[in-house]
Parts: sequence; structure tokens; C-alpha cells
Amino acid sequence: MGSLLVAVYLRDLRLALRRRIEALLPIAFFIVAASLFPLGVGPEPQMLRQIGPGIVWVCALLAAMLSVTGLYAGDHADGSLEQMLLCEYGGLAAATAKAAAHWTVTGLPLVICAPLFGLAFDLPADAIAALVFSLVLGTPMLSLLGSVGAALTLGLRSAGVLLILIVLPLAIPALIFGTGAVAAVDGGQSAQGQFSLLGALLIFTTLTALPATAAALRISVE
Amino acid sequence: MPSASALLRAATSDTPPRLRATGLACARGTRVLFRGLDFELGPGQLLWLRGRNGAGKTSLLKLAAGLAEPHEGRIDIDGVPARRAERQDRLVFVAHANALKDDLAAGEALAFLLRIHGRPFDGATLDAALDRLGILSRRDAPVRTLSQGQRRRVALARLAVEQRPTLWLLDEPFDALDTDGLSRVNAVLAGHLYRGGSIMLTSHLDLDTAVLHPIELDLDRASSLAKP
Repeated sequence: MGSLLVAVYLRDLRLALRRRIEALLPIAFFIVAASLFPLGVGPEPQMLRQIGPGIVWVCALLAAMLSVTGLYAGDHADGSLEQMLLCEYGGLAAATAKAAAHWTVTGLPLVICAPLFGLAFDLPADAIAALVFSLVLGTPMLSLLGSVGAALTLGLRSAGVLLILIVLPLAIPALIFGTGAVAAVDGGQSAQGQFSLLGALLIFTTLTALPATAAALRISVE
Repeated sequence: MPSASALLRAATSDTPPRLRATGLACARGTRVLFRGLDFELGPGQLLWLRGRNGAGKTSLLKLAAGLAEPHEGRIDIDGVPARRAERQDRLVFVAHANALKDDLAAGEALAFLLRIHGRPFDGATLDAALDRLGILSRRDAPVRTLSQGQRRRVALARLAVEQRPTLWLLDEPFDALDTDGLSRVNAVLAGHLYRGGSIMLTSHLDLDTAVLHPIELDLDRASSLAKP
């Protein structure tokens, strides 16, 4: 299982490197979408500071959903998925490796970009730190939930929209606690509670999403 | 457990069938493709699945590979249900799709497939395997730039790495191959049979019966049983 996991993870990173433009699209979407809000709602610093964390989180969520749509489609179409599933615990290893690769390619850059938006929305330093930490806990969850959706909608024609409809409701708790943490820090309180809940959600999502993805993948090749 | 199954094998026969189907039925949705299928495939034997399009040839290969659950009956690899057997060491499945990524070089794509199945994937092994299929010169070319026949050769180069007498499940292995490719693949298949391996394949082309001595299994006859 370990060798399959490493092999698939490294291969997905290599494929992302070969298609750099495609891999950068979600980040570009994130940057453009988050930059549109100040233009739309006006440049009052007080207002931007208040809605900034929410905007960053919602844009990160949408960027993750956009990029996760084709997570398994290519491997399904060219037969790679079947080969992975022939291995012992292949479904679980493939699900883990591909979710991890997705996070490395899209989630991690979002986390790295987030402080820039914190500055742009005039957030104080400790609120920026809280925003980044909430995204560190939250973006893996988005990759995991997205991969369940991608596996469930494999082979369907309107997979993209259906995936977003399946996954967005599941991501609501992460959104609430993620933005709640930043708001708490901004209001001078401790965000310990929100972070603990985000951590618990991440563990719960990992334990349920990976087996669910593996099961959906097995059904998809039958 | 292994000792018990070994005892059972010793009791039944000297050369246990590598693949055995008993009362096997396969359904796609609500349609039963075939029913009551019984066959055995032993070491050194090649089973040629025949039948019209949609008779269930690919479905049967998937059942044998343990990728799907039988509708009825059972299919065993070395006495263990295919779905639960440790397939990695017991079989090689080359599906109709080549499982090669367009953006990887031919050698990289082959190395990935060998690696996930726990086979050696060092440079020398890759070169030898690609050379055996006559595609070594295209090792560093992106899969995207290869023709269908060349891709098929790269996918089948996996077989040239195999050393042990395992079960090979091949879905239309000769598809898109030219005469040179055909003779190279035939040589690999014959070598596998010679070392006591077993092969189940589908092919709409006629097999080289002189080299491979195929046993034919006609799914059309099995599917006629499916109708009540």
C-alpha cells in the first residue's frame, strides 16, 4: 500500500509540473475572485476588514471545487485507476495519494497566498496568522471532501455541477469555524475552540472520506 | 491457512487450476450476459475468450481480475475467490485501455505501472522490456506522441518484466499491433506458457495456434444458457 501511495503521489506531482498552466489555474481563480470583492463592495477599510476572512475562505472553497472536478476522470478514462485498484488496498492508497497531491498542488499555494490577501484586506497580524492556520486545517478537508465528490460523480455527464452540489453543503462547517476563528482573534478573543473543532473535523473527514472515496472508486470500475 | 489450502491442493491434484470458474454468471445492470459458466485454466494453458461484441468477454476478465463481483457462482485464483485474493503477486491484467499517461514519457509511464505492482522498475529492466517489444527507441518520447500500436507495445512491455508463472489477463492484446509487434507479443506469450504461466485473453484476430495452442471458450454458447 505504501509504495502505491508514494508512486501515485509523485506521479501526480510530476503530471502537475508538466501541465503547469493547468495546475496554476485554481490559484489564478482564487486571486482574481478575491480581488473582485473590494471592487464590488467599495474600498472602506472597516468593511473590508470585516468581510476579508470570509472572502478568502469562500474563494478557497470554490477554487478547490473547480480543481477537484477532474481528479479521477483522467485515471478512470485511461485505465490507470483499474491498475491502481488491482493492488492491495489500492482504493484507499489511491484516494489518499490523490487527495494529498491535490492539496499540495492547490491547497498549499492557497495557504501561501492567504497572508497577501490578509494584508490587502487590512487585517491585523494576529488575524492573518489565524487565517493562515485555519486554512492549513481547512484546505486538506476541502481536498478530501472534493475527492469523495469526484469519485462519486465519475463517468457522469454533468459531473462538475453535481460535485459542487454534493460537496459544498459538507464544507459548510469548515467555512463557519474557519472564518469564526479569524473573527474571534480579530475581536480580541482566543480562537482555541474554533481551531480544536477544525482539527476534529479534519480527523473525522480523513477517517470517513478516504474509505468512502475508495468504495466509490471500486464501484466505478465494475 | 496457507498450509490448509496447500493440503487441499495436494489432495485434489498435482497441478491445481490457476483459475477456476464454477456456475459463473455475469450481469450488467439487469441484463445477464452469461450464466452457468464453468472452466478451469491450468499452468501452461492459454484460454481464448470468443464471442460477439457485448457477449461479456471484458466483463469476464474483470471478474477474473477481482475488479467486479460475480452475479452468481464463483471464480477462484489459486483456490481463493478472485475478489479477495492477493492479486498483485498472482496476476497481471492488461486492459483494453493502456493505462499510460499522455504527459509522461513512455519509459516513465511503464515505470509507474511496474512500480505500483511491486515489480522492478530500474533503468536496465525498463530498457530490456521496451527492447523486447521493439519500442526502446521511443523510451523518452511523450506517450502523447506515440501511435496506438506503439502505446500498445509500451503497455505490453509490462509482460516482458514478469519472471514468475502467474496468471495473465489480456484484453485484446493484439489490438493495433503490426506484424512485427504481433510476433514479438506472441514470443512473450509463448515464453510465459513455457515457464508454466497461464493466460486468458480476448482477441478478434486469429491466434497463432501453432505457437500458443489456445483452448477456446465461446461465450455466445454460455450466453444462450442465460435466456430462460
